[in-house]
Amino acid sequence: MDLINNLSIGFTAAFTLQNLIYCFVGCLLGTLIGVLPGIGPVATIAMLLPATYALPPVAALIMLAGIYYGSQYGGSTTAILVNLPGESSSVVTVIDGHQMAKQGRAGPALAAAGLGSFFAGCVGTLILAAFAPPLTELAFKFGPAEYFSLMILGLIGAVVLASGSLLKAIAMIVLGLLIGLVGTDVNSGVARFSFDIPELTDGIGFIVIAMGVFGYGEIIANLSRPEEERQVFTAEVHGLWPTKDDFKNMLPAVLRGTALGSSLGILPGGGALLSAFAAYTLEKKMKLKPGEIAFGKGNIRGVAGPEAANNAGAQTSFIPLLTLGIPPNPVMALMVGAMTIHNIQPGPQVMTSNPELFWGLIASMWIGNAMLIVLNLPLIGIWIKLLSIPYRWLFPAIVLFCAIGVYSTNNNVFDIWMVAIFGVVGYTFIKLGCEPAPLLLGLILGPMMEENLRRALLLSRGDWSVFVTRPISAGLLGAAVLLLVIVLLPSVKSKREEAFVED
Amino acid sequence: MKIKSQKDFFAGLMFTLVGIAFAWGATTYNVGNGARMGPGYFPMMLGIVLAILGLVVIFSALTIETVDGDPIGKIAWKPLGFIIGANLIFGVLLGGVVAWGLPAMGLIAAIYALVLIAGLAGEQYSFKASLILATILAVGSYLAFVVALKLQFQVWPTFISG
Repeated sequence: MDLINNLSIGFTAAFTLQNLIYCFVGCLLGTLIGVLPGIGPVATIAMLLPATYALPPVAALIMLAGIYYGSQYGGSTTAILVNLPGESSSVVTVIDGHQMAKQGRAGPALAAAGLGSFFAGCVGTLILAAFAPPLTELAFKFGPAEYFSLMILGLIGAVVLASGSLLKAIAMIVLGLLIGLVGTDVNSGVARFSFDIPELTDGIGFIVIAMGVFGYGEIIANLSRPEEERQVFTAEVHGLWPTKDDFKNMLPAVLRGTALGSSLGILPGGGALLSAFAAYTLEKKMKLKPGEIAFGKGNIRGVAGPEAANNAGAQTSFIPLLTLGIPPNPVMALMVGAMTIHNIQPGPQVMTSNPELFWGLIASMWIGNAMLIVLNLPLIGIWIKLLSIPYRWLFPAIVLFCAIGVYSTNNNVFDIWMVAIFGVVGYTFIKLGCEPAPLLLGLILGPMMEENLRRALLLSRGDWSVFVTRPISAGLLGAAVLLLVIVLLPSVKSKREEAFVED
Repeated sequence: MKIKSQKDFFAGLMFTLVGIAFAWGATTYNVGNGARMGPGYFPMMLGIVLAILGLVVIFSALTIETVDGDPIGKIAWKPLGFIIGANLIFGVLLGGVVAWGLPAMGLIAAIYALVLIAGLAGEQYSFKASLILATILAVGSYLAFVVALKLQFQVWPTFISG
């Protein structure tokens, strides 16, 4: 049994006291910041990344993974209690979760979210462990042409499944790819677009861009809106445990959500957000049992399904990253950045060259999920207190952590000037209605794409047809075109717009 | 011709201009050909693609009807200025600026300046509250980043620590 063998390597790597502590700290910090409305997982990870520089690679990745789940989890607490999604994937949790809180059933809603996520996390981890080795085998058969086509498919998938204008999203990817090319060209040693600034020859750091665009840009946009009345249901949380009926309703929803989330998470661009949306739609389509509360009025299935799905999706979206080295969404793009900082080049070779790291990370996902449930349900009182902190106290602290974070990446003040520029750029994007997430993906993939394109064309002596004559590559490109065509079909197009509009 | 979506029009304009800038910049490097790509090849290609995408966005902004003209809306100069300003002053105080003969004032001074200035970006401002917050954050950051995580910071001004 390879699976058990591999998992045991992982658990021995992850189950050291030190790693358990880092996992715990990661979950705690992630939840702490994820609970705060308006700060999503991307900003949270970017902000906390510097805290992991000093750690050994395994510990650092375990802690980052903990931060990721924590922020994911914290987001749903905010959604249920304050009617504000802490991050985009809990947008649908708001609908029924907050209604439940209003009826004094915040406890069961939180428990449903927690238990659903935990179950989905366990399944997601197993799937990840089972599917990673065969996919890695496949990845070794890939040549540069296949990698290039795979990246095209990944990028197209990421925008097709995301919300907003398709055209602008593609343009943002290309912009990200271009920004990623700034710096020294690895082949010729020419410093491109560096304007003779020595710091720019190393390229523009993704942390600088993530913090500027996702941190500062968002803060400025938030501050320009009048501070909304936040109703926190503090007094109403008593009795966490769902009733027997709740459990009966929850269970199938959790199972469906998990199945949906795990399969959608593997797709490029899938991940947590899409899974949650899809699961909610599915639950809504299911017939209501007699006497069951309608959706939108506080149905527990509307909480359990999407929450299970988003956690399963968050889990399985690690698969493309760990096996192919290709980040399927911005959070994973940040993880790539974190790995490179620790001198690990993500890709199929990680599993053979660093088995402790690879399986340790997978084992820590399960540990992280278990910790979250232990952490979240008893500590709910503390999270509620955090929620009542007004924004005017929070944002100076966020600005500070961003500034300290970028500075400590290189201990260079230059990064602070850069983050200021990207703060302005990020605000411009928000004002012009350009979703910044695709930009981050392009940024990470830019140099990889160029390198693979260069190699592919070098091998084919400049013949572009290599991308369509090699079967795997042609298949991947075909899938990308198919995705685009499907999305542009009038009937799907209107459905897609409908799906992303709040109701 | 009337602009039907202000947001899209300016977004398209931005993409086009940036695309042209990158493509034009790429011509200063060796472009080469497909089989032997120079450093300018890929940026040139992407720059052209971005410029074309930008033009399509502009075109759609001029032709597709929107309900309210999709206005960009007011620019929030106040938060923009104070947040970015606070960040810049943090950098100046933390690292000093050699060209202006400014010595580094260290982390603690920089934190106070950042929090006090960033606070101005909000709607309600109380100097006392900001001062309390700055103190909490200064002590907290010192303990977390300098003592616990051992990140390299100059904590106190140069003329004190030497």
